[in-house]
Amino acid sequence: MDLLTELTILVLAAFVGFEVISKVPNTLHTPLMSATNAIHGIVLLGGLLLIGEATGFLDEFLLVIAIAFGTINIVGGFLVTDRMLEMFKRRD
Amino acid sequence: MVTASFLTDPDFIRVLYIAAFACFIIGLRLLNHPRTARKGNMIAAVGMAIAVVATLLWDFVGDYWLIAVGIAIGTAVGIPAARSVKMTAMPQMVALFNGVGGGAVALISFVEYREALEHTGANPELEQLIPILVAAIVGSISFWGSNIAFGKLQEIIPGRPIQLPGQQFINIGLLVVALGSAVAIAAGTESELLFLLILVSAAVLGNMFVLPIGGADMPVVISLLNAFTGLSAAAAGMALDNVALIVGGMLVGASGSILTRLMAEAMNRSIANIMVGGFGGVTVAAGDAGDKTARSTDAASVAMQLAYARKVVVTPGYGLAVAQAQHTVRELADELEKRGVEVSYAIHPVAGRMPGHMNVLLAEADVPYEQLKEMDDVNPELPQTDVALVIGANDTVNPDAGMPIIDVNKAGQVVVLKRSMNTGFAGIDNPLFYNENTALLFGDAKESVAAVLAEVKDL
Repeated sequence: MDLLTELTILVLAAFVGFEVISKVPNTLHTPLMSATNAIHGIVLLGGLLLIGEATGFLDEFLLVIAIAFGTINIVGGFLVTDRMLEMFKRRD
Repeated sequence: MVTASFLTDPDFIRVLYIAAFACFIIGLRLLNHPRTARKGNMIAAVGMAIAVVATLLWDFVGDYWLIAVGIAIGTAVGIPAARSVKMTAMPQMVALFNGVGGGAVALISFVEYREALEHTGANPELEQLIPILVAAIVGSISFWGSNIAFGKLQEIIPGRPIQLPGQQFINIGLLVVALGSAVAIAAGTESELLFLLILVSAAVLGNMFVLPIGGADMPVVISLLNAFTGLSAAAAGMALDNVALIVGGMLVGASGSILTRLMAEAMNRSIANIMVGGFGGVTVAAGDAGDKTARSTDAASVAMQLAYARKVVVTPGYGLAVAQAQHTVRELADELEKRGVEVSYAIHPVAGRMPGHMNVLLAEADVPYEQLKEMDDVNPELPQTDVALVIGANDTVNPDAGMPIIDVNKAGQVVVLKRSMNTGFAGIDNPLFYNENTALLFGDAKESVAAVLAEVKDL
């Protein structure tokens, strides 16, 4: 993919992010922070993309750590957000 | 095999990526409303699963057992941590999850650079190299900064600001070293050592950047670091030519920036001021409390005031969270409502340790969210309020705090439940406590509320 295409995607994603998020009420700021926090765990993909062609013990070792970190970020993040949101109930 | 070739077709994988980030956007959208928020989170998680599975389909992805080991370790650590964390400890948990994300970015950028040197014997092309360098710097700052934020909130490291003489100059120096090394590499120097220097100076900068921050400003910091990690992930995505990574990272970068700005606004400080002026460096002079007297009261009198009021506004602060008093407070509110008192909660944007932290704690105690009112909505109602019950809050109701506050001093009567006369995180004396219509009930928030509750039941 060429650089300009990537920059186009980057800028559009930024605007979508601003638009989608600026309407969230205060009440949901902590869960929102936690959910977006889980989404940046997507960096896990970077570890997956590199490990197949990585050579040498050190690089593979570092990538396994990166994959583990990314997984903690994703799994922990979504789970903890769900626990918070489970508690937002209406009065019966 | 026809199916296999169809599954590993790059175009098919890219279509899955589109589905994945569509899920992220829809998920975030649904997070706008309490009723749909949980579904939104689940949809975002599904998007993540799609992105991961799609990535595993690329034909150059291999070493599956190493991948399995990494994912297994991450799952084994992440699930129990997320399951067992107490709601009051949520801010440090988010800081920690944010930190590992930043750490992953830093590690990935380092390995990518090493691999490029090894395979081609030269630096990667600039359009790869620049994002790699950005990811390395920002990821490293985010990892170490988040760890310090965790340490402070968990009280492993003292919560008060820790500052070295000439802090600003040291920080600028570290930034110059990191950026200078990055420029040197971008200009053609092929050196793994220089790359390590970037990571290390950014790491020290991450430490130095968060250490001087007091507890009161921690929500802003976590929010900012969350945005940083998102941006660094987007940079890593550009280095790896991966659309899902670019979009996912940038969505978080944008949301984190918005949140940071909202919070800075709530504290009446610009982001630039916070970045340059040093976090938590509130310089309002402490008032002279010498000749003023505060009036203390007892549970029975408070019970009487509350039970015969028409309208009560509860203003909770971090003290309520520390004492785990949220359930007792809800019981008290139920008891008052049974007697026809109108009860609502006034939530300051930075009450607790994170934006919306107080909402989560009260939701945990089954307080319906319709009763939780934001600062701007509740302030006009306070002059018609009979009793404002302040529980473990200080800075968010302090007229001298230098930020917008919940105007409890406009209510007919103010009852403040607090542990002692100590100042809050901001370290500013609170004139509210010396007002004529303010009474203080000293003690642990939970015990005080329980005592008031017992008295109300006896009336």
